[in-house]
Amino acid sequence: MATVKLNNIKKVYPNGAEAVCGVSMAIENGEFIVFVGPSGCGKSTMLRMVAGLETITKGDIEIDSKVINNVSPADRDVAMVFQNYALYPHMTVRGNMAYGLKNRGLAKAEINTKVNEAAKMLKIDDYLDRQPNQLSGGQRQRVAMGRAIVREPKVFLFDEPLSNLDAKLRVQMRIEIKRLQRRMGVTSIYVTHDQTEAMTLADRLAVINDGRIEQMGAPIELYNNPKTLFVASFIGAPHINLIPARFENKKLVCGNLKLPGFKNLPEDIELVLGIRPDFLRPDTKGQLEIQVDLVEQHGADNLVYGALKNSSNDTELCFKTTQNTLPDIDSNLKLKFEQKHAMVFNKSTGERLI
Amino acid sequence: MKNINWRLASNHLILLIGVIFMSLPVWVAFSTSTHTAETILREGLQFWPGSNFIETYREVMFEEAGVMKSVLGITMLKNSLILGIGFAVGKVIISMLAAYAIVYFRFKLATPLFWIIFLTLLLPLEVRIIPSYEIVAGLGLLDTNFGLIVPLIASATGTFYFRQFFKSIPDELLEAARLDGASPWRFFVDMLIPLSKTMIAAILIIMFVVGWNQYLWPLIMTTKEENYTLVIGIKQIYQILSEGGELPQYQKAFALTIMATLPPVLVVLFFQNWFVKGLVESEK
Ligand SMILES: Nc1ncnc2c1ncn2[C@@H]1O[C@H](COP(=O)(O)OP(=O)(O)O)[C@@H](O)[C@H]1O
Ligand SMILES: [Mg+2]
Repeated sequence: MATVKLNNIKKVYPNGAEAVCGVSMAIENGEFIVFVGPSGCGKSTMLRMVAGLETITKGDIEIDSKVINNVSPADRDVAMVFQNYALYPHMTVRGNMAYGLKNRGLAKAEINTKVNEAAKMLKIDDYLDRQPNQLSGGQRQRVAMGRAIVREPKVFLFDEPLSNLDAKLRVQMRIEIKRLQRRMGVTSIYVTHDQTEAMTLADRLAVINDGRIEQMGAPIELYNNPKTLFVASFIGAPHINLIPARFENKKLVCGNLKLPGFKNLPEDIELVLGIRPDFLRPDTKGQLEIQVDLVEQHGADNLVYGALKNSSNDTELCFKTTQNTLPDIDSNLKLKFEQKHAMVFNKSTGERLI
Repeated sequence: MKNINWRLASNHLILLIGVIFMSLPVWVAFSTSTHTAETILREGLQFWPGSNFIETYREVMFEEAGVMKSVLGITMLKNSLILGIGFAVGKVIISMLAAYAIVYFRFKLATPLFWIIFLTLLLPLEVRIIPSYEIVAGLGLLDTNFGLIVPLIASATGTFYFRQFFKSIPDELLEAARLDGASPWRFFVDMLIPLSKTMIAAILIIMFVVGWNQYLWPLIMTTKEENYTLVIGIKQIYQILSEGGELPQYQKAFALTIMATLPPVLVVLFFQNWFVKGLVESEK
């Protein structure tokens, strides 16, 4: 168990690529932190700097209040789970899990106890004598986890560990990782590009864009109260509805559509109105009208898609409704949203205005 | 259907002719080696085996003055084995270590150095044989196994193969090992060597054959008969045979030739599964 602190860290690769541009955060003991962001935003680089696999160009990283910039990866006492698992292909499952302990000079009996214990916890105790190529993807994933767990490190690092699994297994492993982390109480940093994974796993979530933290906080806070357009559009499934607009004569204008009820917005710049699909509902007095073109039935919920009418460009809207609401294709439907659920962003800077 | 069969048949015919063409001389050499000197002198090369097999081969391999003035065939066989094995093992060790340094250690000029090593492929031993001889002679290593083997074991080919192989091993494996506390040496021993097993086997086999067939270097390196290898022995035996006034002992020359070809053939036959595996597959 440990605290981790990043103090204004930067990373410039030798080829000049600026992968991380000044990131600071303080991670509490036992916290589960998720870095989420699109591919190439620098999340792996940050994780690898914590692990010691990349040098830190600027700033420093502390584990338990000790700067570890120049400590070798092995001595940082962190364990990492890789996307492709990186199991040692020529060793048995037991060998894979024991390797780190062996290098630390533990006695054979002690290693055996620890490996057996971890294997039982991950339900891989039946495969201990198999080699990785005799295991399924999910089992390999568990072995990779096991290799991290037996070490009892101060910090767990996960780099998109579930990306190579099929959807069902991914959900299952996600739950298991969360349980395991709760139970062991080990400080963890988890990197993913999948917002669902991020939302469900994180105690706190850092949304990363272009090497910077856009916003950091509890998942639900980021969902309810995104500070930027990027966060609003990255967090939340289905995707938030975004309607390009301008503010004219105290009304939000989008083509022929004029929405009252907005105040104090700048008049001369392009804006974006954002409303989550969860907060739109059919209502004859609704402010927005769509022509339905698709209904997705997910079971308990339906997702209804349609083109926004009266807008200047073709904007697609989506809203979430119950199983029984099945509007006809091509029918027109008015949708209502509460004023408090409407967010307005500056289009060019992404800054949230309302 | 008929067409394909014809094509198949003709392919096989061509292959068959190739096989006969390649192996018939060896067969004739073997058959002839089992006849007596008189028969050979009278009737020439023999196609069918004779009855003198045991006698000839015993004389060649185990009797003093059987072929050479003093050295036994079996001693030459031993020398050849030492050269072949030492050559192969040395090459594997040197080229693995070189490839390890080039691929895994970030030092300046690693890439240019690799290409320089690669360029030495263009410089065979024959080109540098006089300076090499000077050095080995200067160190007083003539007529020693060390002096015979060491100058030969630097290997651009081996380095190249291992480099390509190491480069195909995913980086994450190294990173996982580093986080698991493996030192560079442990990583080499615990990961790279086991992962390269089939590769090592393939190179060992190829290099054993190449080492076994070395001629020029052992010839100038060895001055005493007891250090001769089989390949040199063959060369000398023809001289001896044609010098003396007695009946030329062709059967012994053929027997020695057969003995010199046999070990590489056996090695390849025996290890061919490994050999093919090493060339086509990499277990990662
Ligand atoms: N070894 C490297 N050398 C140069 N640039 C790199 C290297 N690794 C990553 N990058 C660059 O740094 C940026 C961030 O990469 P990465 O941290 O892997 O992104 P993510 O994991 O968020 O997808 C990318 O633009 C990538 O091209
Ligand atoms: Mg990544």
